[in-house]
Amino acid sequence: MSDNKAALNAFREEVSAWMSENVPADPGFLLPLTFLEVGTEQQLDFLREWQHKLWSAGYLGMHWPSEYGGQGADPAYQYIVDKELGKHNAPIIFNTIGLNWVGPLLLDMGTDEEKAKYIKNILSGEEIWCQGFSEPDHGSDLGAVQTRAVRDGDDYVVNGSKIWTTLGNYADHMILLARTNTNTERKYDGLSFFLSPMKIAGVEAHPIRKVTGEYGFNQTFFTDARIPARCLMGEEGGGWTVAMKTLEYERGVTAGQASGHWGVTIQIDDMIEELSKLEHDGEPLLSDPVVRDDLVGFIMEAKALSLTGRRMGIPALNSDYPMGLALSVKYRGTEYERRMKQYTASKQGAHSALYVGDADAVRGGFWQRAYFSNFGATIGGGTTQVQANIVAEHVLGLPK
Amino acid sequence: MAVMQNVSIRLTEEQGMLLDVARGFVRDQAPIEVVRSQLETETGFDQVTWQAMVEMGWAGIALPDSVGGAGMGVGSAVPVFEAMGGGLLGTPLLSSTLAGQLIWRAAGESAADWLGRLCAGSVGTVAYLDHGDWGAANLGVSLGADGKLSGSKSFVADAGVADCFAVVASEGGEPVLALVERSAINDNALSENVLIDLTKRAANVDFTGVAPAQVVRGDTVVPALRDTLLLGALLTAAETTGAAGKCLNSITEYLKTRKQFGKLIGSYQALKHPTVDIYVGMENARSFVYHGATVVGDGTLDHDGEIACRMAKVAADDVMVFAGDRSVQFHGGFGFTWECDSTLFIRRAQWAQQMYGGAIHHRKRLASLLLDS
Repeated sequence: MSDNKAALNAFREEVSAWMSENVPADPGFLLPLTFLEVGTEQQLDFLREWQHKLWSAGYLGMHWPSEYGGQGADPAYQYIVDKELGKHNAPIIFNTIGLNWVGPLLLDMGTDEEKAKYIKNILSGEEIWCQGFSEPDHGSDLGAVQTRAVRDGDDYVVNGSKIWTTLGNYADHMILLARTNTNTERKYDGLSFFLSPMKIAGVEAHPIRKVTGEYGFNQTFFTDARIPARCLMGEEGGGWTVAMKTLEYERGVTAGQASGHWGVTIQIDDMIEELSKLEHDGEPLLSDPVVRDDLVGFIMEAKALSLTGRRMGIPALNSDYPMGLALSVKYRGTEYERRMKQYTASKQGAHSALYVGDADAVRGGFWQRAYFSNFGATIGGGTTQVQANIVAEHVLGLPK
Repeated sequence: MAVMQNVSIRLTEEQGMLLDVARGFVRDQAPIEVVRSQLETETGFDQVTWQAMVEMGWAGIALPDSVGGAGMGVGSAVPVFEAMGGGLLGTPLLSSTLAGQLIWRAAGESAADWLGRLCAGSVGTVAYLDHGDWGAANLGVSLGADGKLSGSKSFVADAGVADCFAVVASEGGEPVLALVERSAINDNALSENVLIDLTKRAANVDFTGVAPAQVVRGDTVVPALRDTLLLGALLTAAETTGAAGKCLNSITEYLKTRKQFGKLIGSYQALKHPTVDIYVGMENARSFVYHGATVVGDGTLDHDGEIACRMAKVAADDVMVFAGDRSVQFHGGFGFTWECDSTLFIRRAQWAQQMYGGAIHHRKRLASLLLDS
């Protein structure tokens, strides 16, 4: 065994031991399945404390520079931590927009001042971030953003509204894409990117209830909100490039995220285990040949995702479509998960009809809730259909 | 329960080089016009091309060097077959490789002369199917006390050009492997099949009255046969994945150049999105195929190896059937013509999806392997 492998194995044991000691017990109230569903102060306080604890132990943003609160370690270490978080059924690491999108973006494109100001507080959980890209009239079509930011002295005055602002009602900062110029030839050139404060006059976040019955999303209204001009990231009119880079981190096309544990990990094994407890026609469900064949299909999809993820590291097996596997990660992964959860939620006989809150619901309605929650993944960050266009155009070279 | 099991995937330096070389070979020696020129010939391939492949060492690529092979392991055949599939290049390489595997795994050094001939370019083939059911016992040909075979085999791949036949037979109910020389078979015992894929050839062969030159008996026969069928599934999957990649190229090229209603048809999402699904299916199949190449070895295939071969076949069949079908449809009226390469793709898809067992055959067995352990 190489030294490196031995070191990683030793680290895995160390982390596992730490988790056994430190992963908090069930708090007795419902915890969100993903960072998109933090809906109560109680959940927020609990998750913030947990994130702070993980970071204090040195297990968050391990591959980020130590001067900004990381450990300057190899990404393999954070990968191990994330795996162990899943194995120990740890609560989610909720400050995802900061940890996985804003942090890597700032490390990549930010000034030293911006890095020093924001990154450590993202890791510690002290400052929460949200994202202001989508608008009520423009979801995945970001080029059409209409929220206006008009320069006035040392400030920009912002008017308009953003939607699906996850964590918006708790956030300290927003990455905001706004229109600073309405007279450009290409609509993209009129956009600017701000690291905008949320707790200022003229900014209001109104929670939106979701199909799961929970909260987490907001519509954020800007009414003559004054944002200091120094909050502009990059050049005025250069917002599109920064926003596209952000989406690369959001969609997992580019690596650098602080933690992959942004949602409760649901594996194919969880599905099989759940189904193995169920009956159908008075027989074990897993003896039904139709169900068995369906499960072979699901297992193959899960295995293909895992194998293909590993194949990304073999350049000779990526030469035909060099960016293909990276650009299709979201397309390949999120739809499989949605169908897998729907399937499990629907094989419980009459119990399939029960939801969270019913004492008789299978695993407390976990699968029903997980299925609905998964639309956050197939819609957020560009819908599956937009992802298919991206793969078609940027991987296969098909016309727009 | 851990249903995912082994998810290792690696490409050795040798496999990487083979992939490059084989793709270059197919590009230079077997462009589609050359393949087309062989569609209606007797053998379906050009002897010069086959000899060139033999000289590259591919006929013995999966056999040990002690019998004249390359000693690179059966996983090394995967990139070669993927590249061949990418050119729809029909030659007896698949038949010969699998005959080599069956004979080596069942008989080892005791059949060294047969294996040496295969490595040197003599064509071998496995005579397995009795009637067409890949999941049946297929022991209908029997070896009598007089040392002669009786009965027929169906769909014997490349029988028309084969020098050596590895015939799966029974002797008093026990499976044996009868090694038969072409010279021992009468010409009229062969009746050529009309195959759906014109790059492939097969025939029914009546072995009645034929005396095998060698009979392999004992405990090695059953596992050798099982492994050969699994490797047949894997190598067919590799070839099919290559074909799916080529089919995808052909579709995207057309979608990028064909205009209707004043627009390039590739801009329509009704065509674009299924094409993305072909792409994703092809990439998944490719992952399974190279996972297979990683986990199969010269020894008896283990649990992971069996799962890998079966999954590779299912994934490759599914994407190729979809790709071939959509290729005809997306090319419109032209797609319906003999002249369009979609004809070759859809025919390859329909041929490949049954070879070494179709998707249902493998999925049924995967269900037990994955859910009953």
